[in-house]
Amino acid sequence: MAGRRSPLVSRRSQEIPLRLELRGITKRFGDLVANDHIDITVEPGEVHALLGENGAGKSTLMNQLYGLLQPDEGEILVDGEKKVFRSPRDAIAAGIGMVHQHFMLVPVFTVAENIALGAEEVRGGPLGWLDRRRSRRDVLETSRKYGLPVDPDALVENLPVGAQQRVEIVKALTRDVDLLILDEPTAVLTPQETDELLAVMRSLAETGKSIVFITHKLREVKAIADRITVIRRGRTVGTASPDTSTDELAALMVGRDVNLEVTKTPADPGREVLKVSGLIVDDDRGIRAVDRVDLVVRSGEVLGIAGVQGNGQTELVEAIMGLREVRAGAVELEDQNLAGRTTRQVLRAGVGYVPEDRSLDGVVKDFTVAENLVLDLYDRAPFGNGWKLNPKAIDESARERVTQFDIRTSSPQSAVGTLSGGNQQKVVVAREMSRPLKLLVASQPTRGVDVGSIEFIHNQIIHERDVGTAVLVVSSELDEVVGLADRIAVMYRGRILAVVSPDTPREEIGLLMAGVTGAGNEEEDSE
Amino acid sequence: MSGVSTTTADELAEATAPVRFWNRQRRLGAALVIIGLIAAVIFGSLADSATARFTLSEDAEGAALSINGQFGAILFGVVTIATGAAMLAGVAKRWQTTLLSVGIVTFVFSFLCWQVAGKFLPLVDTASGSLELALPLILGALAGVLCERSGVVNVAIEGQFLMGAFGAALVGTLATSVWAGLISAVVGGVVIAALLAVLAIRFLVDQVVVGIVLNLLALGVTGFLYERLMQPDALKYNAPPRLPEWRIPGLADIPVIGPVLFETNLLVWLALALVLVIHFGLTRTRWGLRTRAVGEHPTAADTVGVRVRGLRYLNVLLGGVVAGAGGAYFTLVSTGAFNKNMTAGAGFIALAALIFGRWTPFGALGAALFFGFAQKLANYLSAVGSPVPNQFLNMLPYIATIIAVAGLVGRVRAPAADGVPYVKS
Repeated sequence: MAGRRSPLVSRRSQEIPLRLELRGITKRFGDLVANDHIDITVEPGEVHALLGENGAGKSTLMNQLYGLLQPDEGEILVDGEKKVFRSPRDAIAAGIGMVHQHFMLVPVFTVAENIALGAEEVRGGPLGWLDRRRSRRDVLETSRKYGLPVDPDALVENLPVGAQQRVEIVKALTRDVDLLILDEPTAVLTPQETDELLAVMRSLAETGKSIVFITHKLREVKAIADRITVIRRGRTVGTASPDTSTDELAALMVGRDVNLEVTKTPADPGREVLKVSGLIVDDDRGIRAVDRVDLVVRSGEVLGIAGVQGNGQTELVEAIMGLREVRAGAVELEDQNLAGRTTRQVLRAGVGYVPEDRSLDGVVKDFTVAENLVLDLYDRAPFGNGWKLNPKAIDESARERVTQFDIRTSSPQSAVGTLSGGNQQKVVVAREMSRPLKLLVASQPTRGVDVGSIEFIHNQIIHERDVGTAVLVVSSELDEVVGLADRIAVMYRGRILAVVSPDTPREEIGLLMAGVTGAGNEEEDSE
Repeated sequence: MSGVSTTTADELAEATAPVRFWNRQRRLGAALVIIGLIAAVIFGSLADSATARFTLSEDAEGAALSINGQFGAILFGVVTIATGAAMLAGVAKRWQTTLLSVGIVTFVFSFLCWQVAGKFLPLVDTASGSLELALPLILGALAGVLCERSGVVNVAIEGQFLMGAFGAALVGTLATSVWAGLISAVVGGVVIAALLAVLAIRFLVDQVVVGIVLNLLALGVTGFLYERLMQPDALKYNAPPRLPEWRIPGLADIPVIGPVLFETNLLVWLALALVLVIHFGLTRTRWGLRTRAVGEHPTAADTVGVRVRGLRYLNVLLGGVVAGAGGAYFTLVSTGAFNKNMTAGAGFIALAALIFGRWTPFGALGAALFFGFAQKLANYLSAVGSPVPNQFLNMLPYIATIIAVAGLVGRVRAPAADGVPYVKS
């Protein structure tokens, strides 16, 4: 079979399973360390789960293994031999295949064309005339061999995601890979499709393929993995076997070793400021993301929302801020309805917003610090009158904020993009907290922020609470939620499973985050 | 959505909403009925009741198809209405394209009956003239196909034409060889293409902006050299030999088609052959599959080991070759001398043909022929002193493109990654 394939394709014999070892892999993006000396060994024929929160560095690690990124330090060993992967073609040649979280399929191509791409069957000669019949036959052969039904002539754009994923897997398998990386493969699947995929993974492992399964879903890990490596904040924090209890895994994943203490006095909750009732919101794909959520945030308290990312927190916050359509339900700010209002109206009603993705929604990177500090008020006195800006007032106020919020910048006239992540976040916080607020919504307020800035931002949030603002904090870092919140709402699959006190044992909160409610109760299924 | 059990009021409304009445077929049908009415009523009433002769030769001589002008205008207009009515009533999908073509062609005939009444229109001359005017458009649009299917927007076709035309005139004259001229035309096109490629692929400059700048650059450079070099001594620098017309014995004797297709210059055959080559290249070869993948989803191509940037460089340069050859038309076929800004926007009409032809070689060919015909007809109308301003027909390519881009005739979909530079994360 190998003889007539293009040299791209692995010529490794299928009978020898592959053993993979990553040693001390380190990858930095600027001053962010995405991977910090990670060691992982994948034994032949095992399903190895890579468990960790979003942003923990799992995908970065696997992209280095697949040749899409080059590690700054460390080495990759395949069957004990050191390898350097400059591009995916090197990785494929070494027997490594990858199914990406966002499918790498050309929508207007047929299944067979997508699978052939890069390793085309051609009839001889310099023209490279495609041998479409042979491509089709290869697809059907692989499809039959591994029990993955795909129609070689269907257009990929017409296929449901589950079928597209099968195409991706068949694509990797036709290249004779011995190790298959699956990056968050279940994120887009229905529960039934997930079960089918897990069965496929099991049978692949039985034929001697090694599988690296990237996920943050504990249930799936327990169902399928032979071995589990947990990654947190770019580091391997532990290796576990599948009979490790769910709460232990949850604790490893969300962490309890780093305890970021926040000093604060007991809360003094007052009137209801934000009242969310029966809120229903859909995500970008039109799938229900927030399912009948009820919440109350009072003045002078911090309500923290804990949960593994992707359980509807993003959509909940966007709906409150007028960034996403409310399908049903009410969002009230002191008897004033916010649902259906524009974001500008919501902000002007007295809501401060620290968005989850700083560089996308928080700052304009090419604008100066001073300009970013008045993005909300540029058309109001003293910064402007709607027609022209008042640079003097903007500059003066910027100098004040830079000192008050400890923003480390050479000058208020520097572009925000030149600042470190922590200082960029301080610019956002400074801007949002410089208005009189009734409600502060902070989503992942310290993501990608250095430890010093974290402490400062946390103190600012508590300060805002103490002057009587209602605060809603969303974070996938359980430490942060526990540290800041006076009450914790745990969100799972679009619902608030429970509202608990921050003194609740962390294991209990971890179980709630995994969808397990109460002792003995099995995980509940929404829908 | 299947797993959702709760249903809200607006979901119900969506589910029970009727299929839209004004679907594409009905909209096109209505449009045909309207233009058919215009043809039958306006063209019919304006047309003289005199014989319109369509001669099967290059002049008034020989056999001819004759029809009473007024009768013809009304008759063809009525046929257009009939096709429109059929589409309004609803026909099987496979008949749609045929009906649409018949409707448009009969509309054109109705117009011609009105214009030609009392006069004659030489069909062979019209056909070969249309093809000749379409020639640079075909080559330019094919150059666009090569670039844009791999994901690089090529707005610089005009500049490539100009450089090609200039190179052909200068080198052709100096070497007194039409073949040397043709080769330098290609070189001229490739020079612009290389600049486009480096700026767009390596330096990630906005591709439309680069294209426009390159057009201005070509205009300036060739204009300057024309004034300083060619104009003072035209005989020495600006009198290239013309491409010879070749006649294929036997085939050239076929009536109408023969003189049009088989008694012409090499460039016509080259253009028609390239349509076939690029069509089969794109759909049937490894190069084509990878090119299309790179133009649609470069990351997907990269993750299976396709060299995205390399392939884009190759295709942009190949496009330069084809567009440069198209530029040779202006000096080696059409006029026999270079002139300042002599392409006069043909590169942009080629771009329009590319879009109207939906980024496919055969579509580009059809669009280019249609635009060439419109231009030839405009020339004819001004020659016979028609009351219809020929500017109206010269506007046609642009109007057709706007209609195409607005999605009124089917879905026009550019390659998904067209104009998006590929940057590895």
